[in-house]
Amino acid sequence: MPDPRVLPFPTSPGEARPAARLPLTIRGLGFVADGTRILDGIDLDLADNRLTVIMGPNGAGKSVLLKLLHGLLAPSAGRILWGGRELDRQTRQRQAMVFQKPVLFRRSVRANLQFAVNLKKSPEATELLSILMDDLHLNDLADRPARLLSGGEQQRLALARALLLAPDILFLDEPCANLDPASVLLIEETLHKARAGGTKVLLVTHDLHQARRLAEDVVFLHRGRLTEHSDADSYFDTPASPEARAYLAGQILL
Amino acid sequence: MQDFANSFSLAFELLWRFDPALGEIVFLSLRVTFAAVLIACAIGLPIGAALAILRFPGRGLFVVLFNTLMGLPPVVVGLLVYMLLSNAGPLGVLRLLYTPGAMIIAQSVLVTPIIVALTHQVLSDLNAEYADTFRSMVVPWHKAAVTLLWDARYALLTVVLAGFGRAIAEVGAVIIVGGNINHVTRVMTTAIALETSKGDLALALALGLVLLMIALAVNAAVMAVRASARRMAYA
Repeated sequence: MPDPRVLPFPTSPGEARPAARLPLTIRGLGFVADGTRILDGIDLDLADNRLTVIMGPNGAGKSVLLKLLHGLLAPSAGRILWGGRELDRQTRQRQAMVFQKPVLFRRSVRANLQFAVNLKKSPEATELLSILMDDLHLNDLADRPARLLSGGEQQRLALARALLLAPDILFLDEPCANLDPASVLLIEETLHKARAGGTKVLLVTHDLHQARRLAEDVVFLHRGRLTEHSDADSYFDTPASPEARAYLAGQILL
Repeated sequence: MQDFANSFSLAFELLWRFDPALGEIVFLSLRVTFAAVLIACAIGLPIGAALAILRFPGRGLFVVLFNTLMGLPPVVVGLLVYMLLSNAGPLGVLRLLYTPGAMIIAQSVLVTPIIVALTHQVLSDLNAEYADTFRSMVVPWHKAAVTLLWDARYALLTVVLAGFGRAIAEVGAVIIVGGNINHVTRVMTTAIALETSKGDLALALALGLVLLMIALAVNAAVMAVRASARRMAYA
């Protein structure tokens, strides 16, 4: 009997989850766009599959960091190593991302999900599809055009599509911005199950309450620099950096 | 003015009793045009999709080339196809000159650049939206191309319509390679040109009306399909 609190991700034969992709090692990471330095000298080690929340004020470079880690952008400086290897196609196939504004195909909900199942080409993906449709309450929406869904429904669909890829690493860029509490709850419950199933989750959020609910460790960015990486408890109770303290106190950081 | 009115009444009479000669010409026109548009789509849609997705040196040149070829003068195409298919030409052995086959080839040559250029334009816009998702999901380029073609299918109907419009109304190329032979290669446009020069304005006008009605019907059908797709957020 499968544990309902865990997403039963299919794995390739002989492939461990997700130790093969960790630790994530970032050294001297920098990114410059149009002459503006977005990220500068980021050093970070993430060795285990704890749920990591990336926080920081607007313009700190959080979304850019996620895109660099996922290979959607190329670094201007520094290195990113997954399990000691540069990001290659094989590693990227074990990653998935949920964007702040979900991009869904001009198809029905079911067809959007089926796209990921076909891409995965694993028999277990069909089983995962039915679990995710249940978990994220998508069954009643299955035949609806994806683009006519509400914001919360679209984001639930985007999360289900990402998880159908059975990722070792899941990136989420403010997935719950402007969503109603019910959708937020469903998404958070599913993230817990993915985490329990062995997926390393990296979540960008501005929502302090959500961060407190989900985070096991927190990475804090300010003006493109990493000012703190600590366990969630110590980050929220005794933040080490003055920037993090000011941010948690609700003071605007310029 | 009276001639004009007479021509109209004669034209409607020909249409009303569906004159067999008229029917034959209309049927051949549609056969040639549909075949040419089908061939142009089979070639043009994948090339347009590839140009929208792939990044390779010289891609911009191809885009400019196909955009330029959209304005190919039909008589020049007719001449080139004529030279290819004439007995002395490299494809003379096929003995296609003055057959509907030659007209299909000429129209395909005219329509393919239109399909390529407009498909590239439509799919580039959609790809700009999907690109990060494709990259994130590590979708191979050929699968991405099929996805774009499918998801843009309603917008591409308009592209096909543009090609259809060009082909059905074309006269310069088909008259050169088809020869406007009665019962063999006479289509609506070449017949209109001939009947007008002979002074048989009624038949010319009847054919002109049929041409307009076909264009109207096809446009209306495509608009209806697109409108229903838009309501479903698929377009």
